[in-house]
This record gives sequence, structure tokens and C-alpha cells, in this order.
Amino acid sequence: MSSIPHEHVAGHEHGHEHRPAGLMRWLTTTNHKDIGTMYLWFSFTMFLVGGVMALTIRAELFQPGLQVVRPEFFNSMTTLHGLIMVFGAIMPAAVGFANWMIPMLIGAPDMAFARMNNWSFWLLPPAAILLITSLFVPGGAAAAGWTLYPPLTIQAGMGMDLTIFAVHIMGASSIMGSINIITTILNMRAPGMTLMKMPLFCWTWLITAYLLIAVMPVLAGAVTMLLTDRHFGTSFFNAAGGGDPVLFQHIFWFFGHPEVYIIILPAFGIVSQIIPTFSRKPLFGYASMVYATAAIAILSFIVWAHHMFTVGLPVMGLLFFMYATMLIAVPTGVKVFNWVATMWRGSMSFEAPMLFAVGFLFLFTMGGFTGLVLSLAPLDMQIHDTYYVVAHFHYVMVAGSLFAFFGGAYYWLPKWTGTMYDEGVAKLHFWTSLVFFNITFFPQHFLGLAGMPRRIPDYAQQFADWNMVSSIGAFGFGLAQLIFLYAVVKCIRGQGAKAPARPWEGGDTLEWTVPSPAPYHTFETPPVVR
Amino acid sequence: MVRNRKGQVAAARTLIAGAAGLLPALAHARVFTFQDPVTEIARQQISLHNFIMWICVVIFVGVFGVMFYSIFKHRKSVGHQAAQFHENTMVEVIWTVIPFLILLFMAYPATKTLLLFKDTSSPDMTVKVTGYQWKWGYDYLQEGFGFYSNLKTPLAQIENREAKGENYLLEVDNPLVVPVDTKVRVLITANDVLHSWWVPAFGVKQDAIPGFVRDAWFKAEQVGTYRGQCAELCGKEHGFMPVVVEVKSKEDYAKWVAGQKQKVQAAADDPSKVWDGKELAARGEKVFAANCAACHQANGKGVPNAFPALDGSKVVNGAKAEQLALVLNGKEGTAMASFKQLSDTDLAAVVTYTRSAWGNTAAEAVQPAEVKAARK
Repeated sequence: MSSIPHEHVAGHEHGHEHRPAGLMRWLTTTNHKDIGTMYLWFSFTMFLVGGVMALTIRAELFQPGLQVVRPEFFNSMTTLHGLIMVFGAIMPAAVGFANWMIPMLIGAPDMAFARMNNWSFWLLPPAAILLITSLFVPGGAAAAGWTLYPPLTIQAGMGMDLTIFAVHIMGASSIMGSINIITTILNMRAPGMTLMKMPLFCWTWLITAYLLIAVMPVLAGAVTMLLTDRHFGTSFFNAAGGGDPVLFQHIFWFFGHPEVYIIILPAFGIVSQIIPTFSRKPLFGYASMVYATAAIAILSFIVWAHHMFTVGLPVMGLLFFMYATMLIAVPTGVKVFNWVATMWRGSMSFEAPMLFAVGFLFLFTMGGFTGLVLSLAPLDMQIHDTYYVVAHFHYVMVAGSLFAFFGGAYYWLPKWTGTMYDEGVAKLHFWTSLVFFNITFFPQHFLGLAGMPRRIPDYAQQFADWNMVSSIGAFGFGLAQLIFLYAVVKCIRGQGAKAPARPWEGGDTLEWTVPSPAPYHTFETPPVVR
Repeated sequence: MVRNRKGQVAAARTLIAGAAGLLPALAHARVFTFQDPVTEIARQQISLHNFIMWICVVIFVGVFGVMFYSIFKHRKSVGHQAAQFHENTMVEVIWTVIPFLILLFMAYPATKTLLLFKDTSSPDMTVKVTGYQWKWGYDYLQEGFGFYSNLKTPLAQIENREAKGENYLLEVDNPLVVPVDTKVRVLITANDVLHSWWVPAFGVKQDAIPGFVRDAWFKAEQVGTYRGQCAELCGKEHGFMPVVVEVKSKEDYAKWVAGQKQKVQAAADDPSKVWDGKELAARGEKVFAANCAACHQANGKGVPNAFPALDGSKVVNGAKAEQLALVLNGKEGTAMASFKQLSDTDLAAVVTYTRSAWGNTAAEAVQPAEVKAARK
């Protein structure tokens, strides 16, 4: 196929690992496995930082009245929690999985643009530093919500400028990562691996990468317009100067809705690897899975205004966006049915990756149903911007994406570290996460229906009981994540059974053909796929 | 063994006691769903919600019934051998088409309710609603009066120094008052940033957008007081600007309107009156509490790095004209909004107050006539 593997075949295939030691190894590495590891650690660190912010929010909401933080700091917490979890935790985790696994799943020696790969990672820490230090500048961090709606963002202090630059940098990183993934998948597959033979994780990431390239520049445009409105006298979003505050929402959500699928599609991919392996049965409806993913991606461009049903759109606009949004239920339903059909009459076992995949399937579908409820414009007029929405998107992002990533981590940890994770610890992590997740977020449906708006630091008395329950769940969920850290560290330190090349009986993709841990360079000679 | 048994029984007893303790707590937490509807729209929203939820529950039970059956029967530990089928075009077409048909079933009632929701035509009366950081303004366009609606909950309750009242955070000084069984059209806009006007019992939520006017409508069917909140993040006091609507019988409403008109006349100040400084400052303190204290704080110290202190401020202790200009026009790029919507007398009062309160010691009062002059 490509000439890259053959160069290496000629001479030094084994034992030549020209890499500096210590910190320089990580700063200068162009190896997809090193970079994948860095992405995953970065993501987990950000997950803990964003988690502490979430717990600050839940501590304040434990009881009515102001106890822990001031309202302006509370608003900064909700804003940074959202930005950090979306851009710092979930998206880099997905890119980490892509870096580690896509070359090994398609039989390629590395990513296509190895140096750019290094750069796309190393852009992220400065962006994270900008976001976190914005808490300490005059005026405090951005406090207008992760959606950054003007005119509130025009009023804010310099913390907003730092946020805008952080978003720019993270966007550049995502675009470079996507170019790399697309090029790798299209050009570096092993001989015989046609597109329709690729593991589904590669497919979902290929489509995700196209989405990223399409919408990240849109976000960059939106925040740049904010910046010039703030400092250079433009009036894009200021009615007094001929602009329109709602224009920002249209632009933001044209990015924001595909972004939702950018977050969930890689998770779909991971689940589509795990379920067949532990059902010991091929994925049901591979082709329809690919088409459904593409359909979801295309629909994601024409549904953005369902985030804006209450801004006062004309009735024809409301109808169009309502119908288009409802349509998404069709391809999403196909995926859920396909996963269940994969399990049907399989020979299932329930190690931690499978538990997380089933947990994902169950809870993500609940998030899908509440999404259907929210898609109905007249109903959304009531529950828009309430805790019902908060519950909905945590069901799809936490129990959806995050659970799938935990499943993926346990699934591939033996390959990454050469050591089997501790099954008991991992199962404890799953069950505590599952229980506390539901204690945290299920009651928020009730709160939203009963009329509690989101993003408020204090609330009326009738909301007190469920908020207390939710806060207790949140602290439980936060603590449960330390179990994950323990399980991973144990694996890395080699405390556990030695992992064979193929630890899962049902694993039939290419990564299981190389030893565990995977050598620094794999597939320098491309495998042949029949 | 026996001891273990006892231990288990004791543990079980504690668990049951714990669960029993939880039950009253859960019974108390009776907010599970929508507030009682008092408009046709709110009623339709609830029946739409319940209809969709039942469809979802049926699908959910169907799909996950199959999945859990499979999880228990088709597992390796019970010796189930894996089948190797991996596609079936017929089945795949069926589970693409059937959901589509179900969606059509849902779309029909949703479209009907939506058309009703958006039909603001031929109202019996119109009220203009304006969102401010952080209060609501209500203008009765046909009657020619208007007022602000501020949070009434005392700070002491919010800061836990006093027991919280029954309508904690959901009470205002001047609610919106409307007659029962009347189609009320609300024109909604904002003065500074986005807000959202929301009354759950009416099923109405409409964002307030500075520079644009949007509309919504409701027709309340029961006399009573209905409470909601601002639903769009609008800054630090977002959680503290409730919407309260009092629905009165038509007779009571007519009386209330007459009373309001009288009040307006009585309160109309003679703009050329020359006030005594003390009198003016006393009035200014009230204006300050309603309009300025949220940022600059009641003690005039502001919030460091966010809202400047007025106590000892150069502007407040400087030339009158400069401070008046700032209050009238606001300061671009900051949260300091223009306050020109206040009356000349109110502005004169609040400026006089800030110049003589706390450690500030200006001797001379600012008169309404000076404000009038500064407006030009």
C-alpha cells in the first residue's frame, strides 16, 4: 500500500528505539502510542479538575441558601466545568483512543503526520493553563456558561479573553488531530483492509474527524467575533450597532450540535468493538451501522436551532427544526437495535468492558428518550434551560461517552500495559459509578419538570430534597473515579496477571495479533487482511 | 455461624430501618412533575409529555426486555453457544421504518400545540415585559403605567441568618397583575443582556433579547398567584429575579388598575421642585437599594475586581456632571448600564445619596433640574 512500512522492512526492524529518556521523550515523541498515552493522561487530569468544579457546584446546591461560594464564582464554576469537560476531558480522551488504537486496528505503523501529532497534543496543556489561570485574573473567569452567549460575554472581564484564546488553541489542536486521523485511515490501511472491513471504531472516528473539520472553524469564527465586539468596536452581536445577539446562538449551535456527535460517535465506535468481543459473535448489521453513523452526522448539521426554541423563532422555523431533530431518533434507534441484536444468541461474558458497554447502552438510551421529549418544540418551551436538560445531557455525555471510554480503557489496558487489570476493582468501579450516577442525575429530571432553572446558585424550598439527593450522588460518583485511577496505576506498575497477546477470547481485530504490551513500533511490515 | 447469622439479621434490620427513615423524606419530596397547569397550553404540554413518555416506556421495556432476556439466557456461563448471524435486511428495514411511523404519531399533537403556542393574534390586552440585570419591568401599554418587580426575599434569608420563608426566592415587591380568562399578549425585550421570562404554570417561556421585541401569550383560567424565574443566565443575580404573576378576577383587576393610575398621579414629581438635601438622600437610599446595591453593595464597597467601590470613589467625589453622565449613559464594555430610564428626581436622589453616604462628604445636593439638563 503505502511506502512507509517498506522503508523499515529493509534494515532495522527490532530493538532500535531512538528515543531520549525522561521528559525529553514525552516532549519530542512522534510515536502514536506515546502521544495516545499523553492524551489519555491529560484527559483524566482535566476530568479530575472539572470534577472538582462539579463538586463545588453540588456542594453549593446541597441546601437552599448561599453557603459555600458567591454567585459570581458559582457561575464561573458552571462555565469552566462545561468547557473543561467538553474540550479538556471528553474530546482529548477520544483522540487518545484514536491515537493508540487506529494505527493498530488498521495495521499501520503510526499516524500519517507524526510530528503534527506531537504538536496537536502539546497545544492542549497551554490551553488548559489559560482556562485555569483565568480564575485568578481581575474580574474572575468566564461566567456566562460554556455557551458564551453575548451580551453577557461582552460585559465580562479579561478572563473571557483568556477563555477565547483557549478555545482557539483547542480548536486548532482538534483540527490537526482530525486531519491526521482522516489521512491515516484513508491512506495507511493494511493491504486487503477495504473501508467496509475496517473495525467500526475507525469508521465512527473517520466521520467524527470530518465533523470536527467542518465545525471547529465555525466556533473559532464565533469567538473571534466576540473578541472583536469586546475590544475592537464591532457590533456583530449588539443590536445598538445593527447586530443581533441571537446571531451568536445560531453560529455557536451550528458548531455545537455536531459537537454533541463529535463527543458521542467515538464512544459508539468503542462500544461497537466491545459488544461483539464479549458476545463472541460478529457485530450485527455492520453496513447499517456505518450508514446510521453517517446519517447522524449529516442530520447534525440541520438541527442546531433546537437549542434555541425559546428565542422566538418563526413558527415555520420551529416546525422544521423540530421535525429534523425527531428524525435523529431513527438512525440512533438502528444503532441501539443493532447492538442488542449483536448480543442476542451470543455467548456472553461480563468482564468490566462489557459491563460498561451494557451500562452505556441502557443509560444512553434513556438520554436518547429524554432527547426525544426535548425535541418537541412546544414541550421544550416548558423544560428548556431547566434541570431536565442538565439531566438529559449528562445521561448522554457521562453515562454515554464517559462510560464507553471507561469500557474502552479496561478493554485495551492489557494491550497498553501488558498487565491484566484487577477485575474485582474494575467491577467495583462500574457498579459504584452506575449507582451514584443515577442517584445524581435521575432526580434532576424531576427538578426540571417541576420548574427549577439551570445555572442558579440558590433555589426555592420545594427543590431542596432532590438537590440534596443529587449532591450526595455527585460526591459518591466523584470518589468512585479514584477507583479507576487505582486500577490503572496498578496495571501500569505491573501488579496483576501478565496479559497474553489476545486476552479476550472473542477479540478478532488486528491489535490482538501483536504482543502485550504492544511493542513501541507495531506493523512496520503491514499485515495482510483477507 | 450463629453469630454471623445474628450479625446478618442485625445488618438487615439496620438497612430496613434506614430505608423506612428514607420513606417519609421521599414522601415529602413530592415534586416529581409539572406544576398544576392553569392555561390550555400548559395542559396540552403535560398531556403531550405523558403521551410521549408512555411510548418511550413501551419501547424501553420492549428493547431492554429483549436485552436482559438475552443477558440471562445467552451467556457463556450457562453454556450458551454463540450463533454467527450478522445481518438480516428484512429486520433492519422494519426497525428503521417503524420508528419513523411512531415519530409521525408524535409529530401530530406536537405540531397542533406548537401552532396554538405561537398564535399571539387578537389579544384582549398587552403588557410589555423588560428584563433588567436583575429585575423585571412591566409596562401596561394601554393603561399608561408601569413599574419594576424586584426580589422581595431579604438577604438575611439567602445568607442563612434567618429562617427561609414559604416563597423563598419566588416573591417580589410588585407582581405582574392580570385579569382571569383574558388573552394577555406579552411583548418581551431586555435592557442589557439576555433574560428569559418563564411562568411554569402557564407553560410560557420566552427569551428577552436586548434590541428586539418578541411576543408570547397566555390566558390564565384561575385566580391565584403563579411563580416562575428568569430562565436564561444573565449574570451573578440570575437566580434572584423571579417572575410572579397575580391573576385577579376581572372586577378586582379593574379596581387594581384604577388604584395604580391614582398612585402614578400622586407620585408624579414636579421636576422643577428644589429639594432639601436630606430629603433627597433619604429617597436616594431606596433608589440605590433597588438599582445599584446588587453590584456596588449596600455598604458602597463594591466587589473587588468586579464592581468598583463608590465609597471614596474619585468619580463620586468629583464633579457632579461627570457622575451624572456615567449614571445616565453607562460605561461601555462593563456591567455599568445606562440608568436613564429612571426619573429625573430618582436620579438626582440617588446621586445625592451616593455623594453623601458612607465616607463621602459632598455638601451640595443634586437637583432634578440638573439631571434634566444633563440628559441633553
